[in-house]
Amino acid sequence: MIPLSHYLFVSSVLLILGVVGVFLNLRNIILIFMSIELILLAVNINLVAFSYFLKDLTGQIFTLFVLTVAAAEAAIGLAILILYFRNRGTITVEETS
Amino acid sequence: MTISLLLFYGISAILLLSGTMVILARQAVHAVLFLILCFFNGAVLFIFLGAELMAFLLMIVYVGAVAVLFLFVVMMLNVQKQGWGKALSRTFPMASLIGIVFFLELGALFFFGTLELPEGEVEKDFLEGLTNSEALGTLLYTKYPLLLEIAGLILLVAMIGAIVLTLRDRGPGSSRRVDTAKQLRRRREDVVELKKITTSEKLS
Repeated sequence: MIPLSHYLFVSSVLLILGVVGVFLNLRNIILIFMSIELILLAVNINLVAFSYFLKDLTGQIFTLFVLTVAAAEAAIGLAILILYFRNRGTITVEETS
Repeated sequence: MTISLLLFYGISAILLLSGTMVILARQAVHAVLFLILCFFNGAVLFIFLGAELMAFLLMIVYVGAVAVLFLFVVMMLNVQKQGWGKALSRTFPMASLIGIVFFLELGALFFFGTLELPEGEVEKDFLEGLTNSEALGTLLYTKYPLLLEIAGLILLVAMIGAIVLTLRDRGPGSSRRVDTAKQLRRRREDVVELKKITTSEKLS
């Protein structure tokens, strides 16, 4: 039997990786998006782990909606990224000079 | 050390390693592929937790739609291979500081915090004996129908927003739209003209 703390550890390390990835990537906006998806995956694992250990399905319902909103946000975020690329020709996030 | 525990350690190790490779990959395509690997391992963890519908949905929606979208955009924008140049060395100290602080906070929470799980109140009687998908479906349609509608609306708005944002309008002559009034206003004498010619005479 895998205790809850193991799942929480995995989920929190993944969250940290995602947050660090958002701050780390100036060169590529898509990597920032992917770090956000990592954060969302970490949150999903967290929710489903708690849903299993509390024997309550509400966690999985919430995960379903997080998935929905993540897909919608990825679509609009990529549309904005494409517009940004059309206007600037590059997707590196430069510091304001 | 049971087999399931070992398997869990293996899967989470691969998950965390591929998460690390997502943020540290040199080429964007590699990063997307490592993200897909993360989602696979996340789905396996979901199956460990008995949430089969969530695992399938993760595969179908996240990998099948969102990650493929990422791949499309990466290949369309043709991101050049960018090494760990000065951009990375600029952000690496602050990012690693944030990571370490976050990690220390969570570590403190793990060591000094207590976790008591209350027993969840759920309608266990009508959910007995159903598979995970059936139980989730029952719960969605009976207890949370409004959230389902709102989720559908969110997806609709996202679709409209994405289309509106990226639509390239080439001006009024672009779409081959039919103007019925203009068609009906067309008269024969404006368009057709009968010319009487004899043989071997050229039409001017």
